[in-house]
Amino acid sequence: MIRAFALAIALFAAPLFAQSAVPPAPYAYTQLDDPALEAEATALMLTLRCLKCQSQSIADSDAPMAGDMRHQVRVRIQAGQSPDEIRAWLVERYGDYVSYQPEASATTWPLFAIPALLLAVVFLVLMRRLGRVRSDGGVAP
Amino acid sequence: MTSSSSNRIWIWVPLVLFVGIAALAAFMLTQPKDEFVKSQMIGKPLPEFALRAATEDRPGVTIEHFRDGKPKLLNVWASWCFPCIAEAPQLEELRANGAEIIGVAIRDRPADVATFLARHGNPYSRIGADDRSEIQLELGSSGVPETFVIDGQGIIRHQHIGDIRESDVSALLQQLRDAR
Repeated sequence: MIRAFALAIALFAAPLFAQSAVPPAPYAYTQLDDPALEAEATALMLTLRCLKCQSQSIADSDAPMAGDMRHQVRVRIQAGQSPDEIRAWLVERYGDYVSYQPEASATTWPLFAIPALLLAVVFLVLMRRLGRVRSDGGVAP
Repeated sequence: MTSSSSNRIWIWVPLVLFVGIAALAAFMLTQPKDEFVKSQMIGKPLPEFALRAATEDRPGVTIEHFRDGKPKLLNVWASWCFPCIAEAPQLEELRANGAEIIGVAIRDRPADVATFLARHGNPYSRIGADDRSEIQLELGSSGVPETFVIDGQGIIRHQHIGDIRESDVSALLQQLRDAR
């Protein structure tokens, strides 16, 4: 009973500490009027990391800072910037970490190279084995 | 015969690889996670900006205030931020040692800023209000509090993430001297 009461108190109290008092930015929770631009903005927001709540995208997060980032994305999309430009603007400030869209770079190239390398090895092994089977007259080693 | 004995060795390679990767994963799970997102803006200039005053007590901030030739601290904080209370004595100590501290208050109301300063001290020469985290995003800052060392030409020289502890004070003063 006491535990349930404490939990209820904690659930009500915690958000009060976490939030600021200022109302959210205009485009934090308001969609753009043009559905095509809004779709572009949403697609971008789903691939940008919320910096305060690091396992969510800014589209998923209710953190005030994520709201401010959504505002930036929508305002910039409306001003005619491309999603790639906006992503680059954030990556320039926070590094690759802010983007969920993998990019090949000096640190990430092994992620792309290793699977290709493994496939090449598998292919070579298969070719050798199949070649051997054929030259042995159909008998597997 | 030689081919079958070399086959017998090769057969262990996948298992060894698997155990190696599993051991690496297990080890990394025991390591503390680095939750800090470091700014990539060190060595780059502050953007052009102008912020209104966050409270009646102190004037607002523009980029020009960082271009007067004197290195300064730019403290990103908020009245609703608990660690900001913890670092207040250290900011006061920095100010007493000659550091000029310009504050940027994130999503804050003038009345709340005034209450915080009355309660925890006011080490700031100016405080700008950043209602939509615009300057914070430009700085590559991802939370409050954070403190940046800005040189006299408005170039970002150093980022301190989190509240300033007693042990950080002398290092920050040194950073300010280095930024001359």
